[in-house]
Amino acid sequence: MKNILRYSFFDLIRSRWTIIYGGFYLILTFALIWLSGDLLKVITSLMNITLMLVPLIALLFSSMYYYHSRDFVELLLAQPLKRTHIFIGQYWGIAISLSVSLIVGLGLPFLIFGVLGTSVLYHFFTLIGVNLMLTFIFVGLGFAGALRYENRIKGFGLGILIWLFFAVIYDGIVLLGLVVFRDYPLDHFALGASIFNPIDLSRILILLKLDISALMGYTGAVFQKFLGSTTGIIIAIAVLMLWVVFPIGRIRFLALRKDF
Amino acid sequence: MIQLRKISKSFRHLSVLKDLNLSFEEAGISAILGPNGSGKTTMIKCLLGMVLPDQGDILINEQNISRQWAYRDQISYLPQIARFPENLSVGELIRMLRSLRNRPSQEDTLIRIFGLESFMDKKLGHLSGGTRQKVNLVQAFMYDNPILILDEPTAGLDPVAVLKLKDLLNKEREKGKIILITTHLIPFVEEMADEIVFLMDGKIHFRGSPSHLIRQYETEKLETAIAQMLEKQKIVSVDVSPQVNGQSRLTPVMTS
Repeated sequence: MKNILRYSFFDLIRSRWTIIYGGFYLILTFALIWLSGDLLKVITSLMNITLMLVPLIALLFSSMYYYHSRDFVELLLAQPLKRTHIFIGQYWGIAISLSVSLIVGLGLPFLIFGVLGTSVLYHFFTLIGVNLMLTFIFVGLGFAGALRYENRIKGFGLGILIWLFFAVIYDGIVLLGLVVFRDYPLDHFALGASIFNPIDLSRILILLKLDISALMGYTGAVFQKFLGSTTGIIIAIAVLMLWVVFPIGRIRFLALRKDF
Repeated sequence: MIQLRKISKSFRHLSVLKDLNLSFEEAGISAILGPNGSGKTTMIKCLLGMVLPDQGDILINEQNISRQWAYRDQISYLPQIARFPENLSVGELIRMLRSLRNRPSQEDTLIRIFGLESFMDKKLGHLSGGTRQKVNLVQAFMYDNPILILDEPTAGLDPVAVLKLKDLLNKEREKGKIILITTHLIPFVEEMADEIVFLMDGKIHFRGSPSHLIRQYETEKLETAIAQMLEKQKIVSVDVSPQVNGQSRLTPVMTS
């Protein structure tokens, strides 16, 4: 598995798309810091962009990589390797190379502008950490989708649907629920609903650290109380971990049964 | 030694292999022929564990290969289309494949034979189709394995490279290996193959030496014999392979 991981990683880290992806974050972060000068505000702005972009790129990039390496995978399958090692190895290769782009793109400007030793450091780490989790989650979902559908139109379509669901539709359904049942106490419903959507959960994790949760009213206080506690944080991280593990299990399952 | 016992495989509703019994026990080059969609590639992929048969067993060196992977160490495989990861260089690809098996290999000799020395640092994405096929050949021949499976080895090669390929194949045959080749190039088959396995609609339609096939159709060229066989599609041959259950070595294969 390590061999496959290493090869996928080095193949990807030098690919044009990974460099464009990292370069985009680099320019964006530099521009935002240069324009505002307030690192905390930059983190809020970046959060709004990355929470949408990171899952989308992870989904599309991983399906693209699967379809692109399809012929090569046939060669690998003929080698004395376990099937699961090939695909799980590729998964880590994609996830780690995107993570490196993300860390370099977001991290370098902050380092240069002296984030170390300031009070923003903690928020900065939350931003990076949450986006890394999202990368691992959505690379897995995208890769599993591509493995499921040999037809790349279907594979990409599924990726876009997954993204639409978590980034847009899910919030819409939750909001609708909140409006329909507005006569009932809904703070726990809102909390529960948000925890099962990795994008929402990530957003809340960052926002709570930014002390603008007051804007979220009473529900915000419930969130603050829950996620401010150690148990809450552990549950939140466990849910994100589950979201990482689920697609990997799916990749294993599909890899063992597929005809190539 | 390769044995396929009652192998059936269908994709959705399309039945590709139907109760296929086939074994390769003696050393030599077997050309696997058949029209497009006759099940050649599916059969090869079953041997490599890439396609999982619906029914039947495959034994390689007496070991059932279902859900196994270590047996592939005994097999060298040349896949059909030589499309490799674009961002890797030729050298990196060879090193990567070598690291997977971790035993002596002879890629340097092969790189010299195919004149690939100057391409070692080039990215695979920048190579022409023929050069990529040469890289493909290097990776397929670099291990000394008892079984060789080549899917369309001549695709994209210039005449000089084809000559070198034939040379290599002759050497491997002398070492007593089982070599399976699929191809559409009949002159290549005529020159190289010790026997022909003709697949049609997922069944063996003919098995025997090229001269045997020519004699059957009373023609002079293998090409004409095969064309006639395709047109007539009737019983023409006997299965000369040893049967798994030890029954007669001469049984009619198929009528239609």
